[in-house]
Amino acid sequence: MISYGLKQRLSSIAVYIILGLMAFISIFPFLWMVVGATNSTSDIINGKMSFGSALLLNATTFFTQVNVPLIFWNSAKITIIATVLTLLISSLAGYGFEIFASRFRERLYTLMLLTLMIPFAALMIPLFMLMGKFGLINTHIAVVLPTIASAFIIFYFRQSTKAFPHELRDAARVDGLKEWQIFLLIYMPVMRSTYAAAFIIVFMTIWNSYLWPLVVLQSNDTKTITLVISSLGSAYYPDYGAVMIGTVLATIPTLFVFFAMQRQFVEGMLGSVK
Amino acid sequence: MSALSQRRMRPRFDVNGWLFVGPALVLIATFMIFPILHSLWMSFQSGLGMRLSFAGLKNIYRLFNDPLFFMALKNTFIFFLVQVPIMLTLALITASLLNSPDLKFRGLLRTAIFLPCVTSLVAYTVLFKSMFVANGLINTTLINLGIVDTGIPWMTDPFWCRTMIIIAITWRWTGYNMIFYLAAMQNIDRSVYEAARIDGVPTWARFLYLTVPMLKPVILFTTVTSTIGTLQLFDEVSTITGGGSAGGAAGPGNSALTLSLYIYNLTFKFAPNFGYAATVSYVIVFLVAVLSFLQFYAARERKA
Repeated sequence: MISYGLKQRLSSIAVYIILGLMAFISIFPFLWMVVGATNSTSDIINGKMSFGSALLLNATTFFTQVNVPLIFWNSAKITIIATVLTLLISSLAGYGFEIFASRFRERLYTLMLLTLMIPFAALMIPLFMLMGKFGLINTHIAVVLPTIASAFIIFYFRQSTKAFPHELRDAARVDGLKEWQIFLLIYMPVMRSTYAAAFIIVFMTIWNSYLWPLVVLQSNDTKTITLVISSLGSAYYPDYGAVMIGTVLATIPTLFVFFAMQRQFVEGMLGSVK
Repeated sequence: MSALSQRRMRPRFDVNGWLFVGPALVLIATFMIFPILHSLWMSFQSGLGMRLSFAGLKNIYRLFNDPLFFMALKNTFIFFLVQVPIMLTLALITASLLNSPDLKFRGLLRTAIFLPCVTSLVAYTVLFKSMFVANGLINTTLINLGIVDTGIPWMTDPFWCRTMIIIAITWRWTGYNMIFYLAAMQNIDRSVYEAARIDGVPTWARFLYLTVPMLKPVILFTTVTSTIGTLQLFDEVSTITGGGSAGGAAGPGNSALTLSLYIYNLTFKFAPNFGYAATVSYVIVFLVAVLSFLQFYAARERKA
């Protein structure tokens, strides 16, 4: 007969083992990536799991095959512009739908939520033709435009706005602030953690986006880091050593954003589920 | 604040409401509503490239006689039916383990398990591809542990190729879904668990009869979003199989050909037929609509 205390301890050890294993599996590919960046391709495909001496060679290969500063600049430009615009336009809408509720807008809101179910594959061809008509194929504007109004982010902001204290708005209005001033000077600062969480989600989605940029960006000098990794990595015999350098470089910005804003991110997520 | 005073405080002129939601609505109309209607119109047309002419139901007829389409449909369903339940169950269990009150290192474990979703779909797919090559890390490890005698043909056998893709997607998205569950669990009153524990309700029963029902809205949300995501699967299969490269099959025996990848190939790789590609894309629209409806329906039924 096992005592209650012992049983308790055994089950808590089991919890640590399961979670530890999960954490290990989750982190392992990151280690593999870093180790791989220092190994030659033949070492990588033979599963070598210790640091090698091919880092410089891999980096040289990658930097000669790819115009790294330009590609990074492309990714950064697209991501920053699209993220700022998405946060602005979508938070305006989320706030507007919640604060200025009307029956007609409520119907539009429902319709808008339905667009969440539209698969991108069904939009790809008409969007491509539309961009062709505007003469925007192979431009970064074409990548940014369709991402700005995100139904998901609007939904997220509307949910979070429910927690925005009415007293603040009322007081501001009594003080004679205009609606846009209330939004800019009161709502935005108060909702910092909501913005932070949305920032992380949008930043990562756009930095990592693949299918639409693949369709629209056709020349090498407009491509993003994600597209470059894909074209190097999907070759039949990829030069894994060089690709690893690319994946490390592509992952650093998202890792940085995540760790810099992790606390606000968790707070923001909690706020939206409440 | 009461409903009456809220109404009183509402601004008189509605122009503000439209100014706030207007820009987003215009963008959604231009880049979502208009294209999806255009795509519906195109699905009744046929022709090469941009020169389309009305074809009636010809595309639908072609659809039902297209073995590649059925292959893509089958693969998409395999990924959906196998991967989504595994991932969500795993996420739910992990979240409830992480939620136990006296767990140490909780923040660290949570961060670690969430970390995969900062990687780009393309980047992690390349990493997985490099681990699963013939004599690569995974096969070597499995052989050394004595689990298998010879390496598993991840890249050449349809079954194992799909398995690899499912493992990869599960790695990438479990932590993401777990965060939603964790966030919802923080709102559940702890005293409910305490009461159940004192009454001698075993852990598994507390999980099944307390946690799961209380999380139903979030579970529904993650199920619907995961369904939509899986039905649109593209980045991973495209990168694993080099599906972007012209002509070649998508994985062994086209085992990684998904509907989205097929649409992409129809549009940009094969002799481009936008009309037929639009028809295939409406199959995804249809599936997403039906499956989401079924999931909402199932969730509603049990509540009553």
